[in-house]
Amino acid sequence: MSFPLLTATAALPALGAIATAAVPAAQRNAAKWLALLVSLATLGLAITTLVRFDPDGDRYQLTESHAWIAEFGVRYELGVDGIAVALIALTAVLIPFIILAGWHDADPLETGSRRWRPTQGFFALILAVEAMVILSFEATDVFLFYIFFEAMLIPMYFLIGGFGDRAHEHGEKVASTQRSYAAVKFLLYNLVGGLIMLAAVIGLYVVAGNFSLQEIAEARANGSLDMATNTERWLFLGFFFAFAVKAPLWPLHTWLPNAMGEATAPVAVLITAVVDKVGTFAMLRFCLQLFPEASKWATPVILVLALISIIYGALLAVGQRDIKRLVAYASISHFGFIIMGIFAMTSQGQSGATLYMVNHGISTAALMLVAGFLISRRGSRLIADYGGVQKVAPVLAGTFLIGGLATLSLPGLAPFVSEFLVLVGTFARYPVVGIIATFGIVLAALYTLVLYQRTMTGPVKAEVAAMPDLRVRELVVVAPLVALLIFLGVYPKPVTDIVNPAVKQTMSDVEKKDPQPEVEAAK
Amino acid sequence: MSAPVVHSLWTTAAEPISQIESPKIEYGQLSPTLIVVGAAVVGVLVEALVPRKSRYYVQVFVSVVALVAAFAAVIALAADGYGTTRAGIAAMGAIAVDGPALFLQGTILLAGLVGLFTFAERRLDPAAHGNRVDSFAAQAASVPGSDSEKAAVKAGFTTTEVFPLLLFAIAGMLVFPAANDLLTLFIALEVFSLPLYLLCALARRKRLMSQEAAVKYFLLGAFASAFTLFGIALLYGYAGSVSYATIAQVVDGTVTNVTPALADTMGNDALLLIGAAMLVMGLLFKVGAVPFHMWTPDVYQGAPTPVTGFMAAATKVAAFGALLRILYVVLPGLRWDWRPVMWAVAIVTMLGGAIVAITQTDIKRLLAYSSIAHAGFILAGAIATTPDGVSSVLFYLAAYSFVTIGAFAVVTLVRDAGGEATHLSKWAGLGRRSPLVAAVFAVFLLAFAGIPLTSGFAGKFAVFKAAAEGGAGPLVVVGVISSAIAAFFYIRVIVLMFFSEPRPEGPTVAVPSALTTTAIGVGVAVTLVLGVAPQYFLDLASQSGVFVR
Repeated sequence: MSFPLLTATAALPALGAIATAAVPAAQRNAAKWLALLVSLATLGLAITTLVRFDPDGDRYQLTESHAWIAEFGVRYELGVDGIAVALIALTAVLIPFIILAGWHDADPLETGSRRWRPTQGFFALILAVEAMVILSFEATDVFLFYIFFEAMLIPMYFLIGGFGDRAHEHGEKVASTQRSYAAVKFLLYNLVGGLIMLAAVIGLYVVAGNFSLQEIAEARANGSLDMATNTERWLFLGFFFAFAVKAPLWPLHTWLPNAMGEATAPVAVLITAVVDKVGTFAMLRFCLQLFPEASKWATPVILVLALISIIYGALLAVGQRDIKRLVAYASISHFGFIIMGIFAMTSQGQSGATLYMVNHGISTAALMLVAGFLISRRGSRLIADYGGVQKVAPVLAGTFLIGGLATLSLPGLAPFVSEFLVLVGTFARYPVVGIIATFGIVLAALYTLVLYQRTMTGPVKAEVAAMPDLRVRELVVVAPLVALLIFLGVYPKPVTDIVNPAVKQTMSDVEKKDPQPEVEAAK
Repeated sequence: MSAPVVHSLWTTAAEPISQIESPKIEYGQLSPTLIVVGAAVVGVLVEALVPRKSRYYVQVFVSVVALVAAFAAVIALAADGYGTTRAGIAAMGAIAVDGPALFLQGTILLAGLVGLFTFAERRLDPAAHGNRVDSFAAQAASVPGSDSEKAAVKAGFTTTEVFPLLLFAIAGMLVFPAANDLLTLFIALEVFSLPLYLLCALARRKRLMSQEAAVKYFLLGAFASAFTLFGIALLYGYAGSVSYATIAQVVDGTVTNVTPALADTMGNDALLLIGAAMLVMGLLFKVGAVPFHMWTPDVYQGAPTPVTGFMAAATKVAAFGALLRILYVVLPGLRWDWRPVMWAVAIVTMLGGAIVAITQTDIKRLLAYSSIAHAGFILAGAIATTPDGVSSVLFYLAAYSFVTIGAFAVVTLVRDAGGEATHLSKWAGLGRRSPLVAAVFAVFLLAFAGIPLTSGFAGKFAVFKAAAEGGAGPLVVVGVISSAIAAFFYIRVIVLMFFSEPRPEGPTVAVPSALTTTAIGVGVAVTLVLGVAPQYFLDLASQSGVFVR
């Protein structure tokens, strides 16, 4: 039996989480270093997975399959396709940066009980989330996926509710109320989505008799499993609802600004760049494969919702006074693009959407983490409290600008490629949708540049005059992300090579062919 | 020709009775119950004969040995195949020895054992006049606040009678799900209810509240018993027998020997429907299903917390076991009549429990309403009328009972000057003061909420799957909606414990002895094991899913 690489990739951070949580209260630094090392080792395993994965090979590779709960027809089945491999790599890349960026976020404010160990808890929870996210990318059993899709809410909830910005030391009481409100909102939205999906999961079992993605998809393809149209649509809606909450798609998005606003910047990155990707990923893997007919049936509505997300998110981002909430609304706009790309049902759209997931993760991480550094210096999230930062902290301002330009999809930076692909892919089938979506880019330019202008340019405000520039630790976080943005902007081929075959297979599941360009016959 | 004897018209010579046939009792198959009853009787004798100082130790020893021995007997019976191939009827048709009975008896015994540990805990309450005391009144007969009470406390009395009472209650619960005729069912009901009424009244602190709870429980319980008894009478009138099998045959119309005296009333559907409704009502009262749930919050709040934990777990197991047997063995022929009604009961129970729980401010009342919601989830599985329905309910009950006992055991730890601090506001910031206790309680709450990787999820999935396969899709949808509502208040408690600032005058967390620690530890272990690797127990439950008739 070969080495269970996929299990190891997920088990390592899980064990690391337990070990980190067990570090004695006094050894805070040891816990941090342990967590960082574990996340780096996980990155090593993820890279090994990437290398061992053959883009032109079988659809699901490195598969593992073991009996688990026979009573429920559940097996422990793992396997990755190109999309999953790319997202696992993204997760594994981002976690070390998140840990580094949050290095001091969980140092205890007061020495409470001797046994109160927030630092250990913070890093253990991050690793726990990583383990569950990776497992949900790997699971090819619907039940197994569901378990981790739901279970990851709990550590995420404690991360949002338990740790806030240092900014609020003076008003800790107000902040903690808002924080627990945000955490509860996050959990309830996602739990309700998940429970509705649970009903659909049970329904799927009643119809199909097992939970294996491959078996069900095969049986659907060769006609041995026939679903009544209505059944398929209800089940699709149950699944899609949960993923749309997670993604999030308008009008189920309202938890995201609260959660991202109240959480610390690294946790906000964890939410939007890592955890939310499970939602869009699951649309590709589960909705389209299991319910191809219903997916086609729902496409018009979903495209409209995605369009609303794009425009509405961008408009609200323009109006934000709070830096973190601005990034949150920008993310909602970007998730609109991703979902639009998925449901445009063209290979360009879906490749673009997958690439978008990766690029959005990197660019949001860069922007949000720099914003977090900025906020930790001044102690305020309000845009109006800043001004002229580029004169006192040029490196910070510069990286902030690059992160912002990536968010608005400037050519030369990674998100441009994916956004372009999504728009081209959508335009090929739904020109009107594509045209309207383009306005999202214009608005993106508006909110990013206005944000930069108000915070970084202009006269230096008295409160920011003594602001230090990026420290070494912060540079170590930002520089590789910026490098990745530029590299993937110029040379996206490594990612597209891995993703494209998987997208082709997904397209064949829904029996959609790319629309051929119409060439007028020469007379 | 002799004159005719007038009275020979109405008398006739009987065969001389040579010997009375003695009933055949399968002592081996009944051994779990017999061991517990025997130990309870020994416990009563201990109260009478053993010096006061050593009673506690003798009682705890006797009870633990009895419960372990009874559990061993259940295992032995199951290993001998009495749960599957050799399942049968014992004690002249009074007791069924089959899979569900043995599974539930095992669950009740384990829950009873863990519950016993919390009964025996003597470290939590501060020592009164140098004597370690448990959660029970010094002298139950003394009026609260009176001089005799003070004298009893000063003398260091403890109510060691709780241990035989507990054993009697457990004995009744062992018989309840195994009863195979309606009279045995009723006797078992009373045998386990009466000790529980008493136990509820025995709290050491807040004695008036405890006594009030006991009176409410007793009065409402007496009503429910009366309903049950009336239902039994009507069913007897309908079928001419109290035996489950015979009633089922009459319902099915497959009865063989019809006595002329009963031919008139037999087949009178009014008797059947009203009798069945009343019988089921009595059982629904015991499981705490809406609209028969009114006693639950008051009793759960007022009773001594160890009793609440034991009662919430074991009563539910026993009562659902009996309900399953009634529905699946006695009334399967009537399922088209009772299913719609039970649908309605399940729906209002799930929604009612979850919605009302949101407004609760006392942790024990909150757990009471949560137990009502859980009764609804279990009902959803119970009315599937498939073998999966039975096994899913069995699994759910086993999973639920350990979470419940563990959760109530944690409640006993959080204390302030007035005893247990059950008001929710006092739990604020518990996660800062005692991260471990708060984390353990969070695990139990997440299990109640049915989050994956806990036993609560496996159980919920099992019953919902059974319900969906049994054609009750809408019930599953209502179930997930009420799960979502229920999640809200479980999460609220977690928020309070972890994200709220601790109060300066907040409660302290008592350090328990090994007894409560064991109870909580078992609760956590079962919660996680059944959550991550439930396959063995699901398998066991599905093997034990067949009733004998």
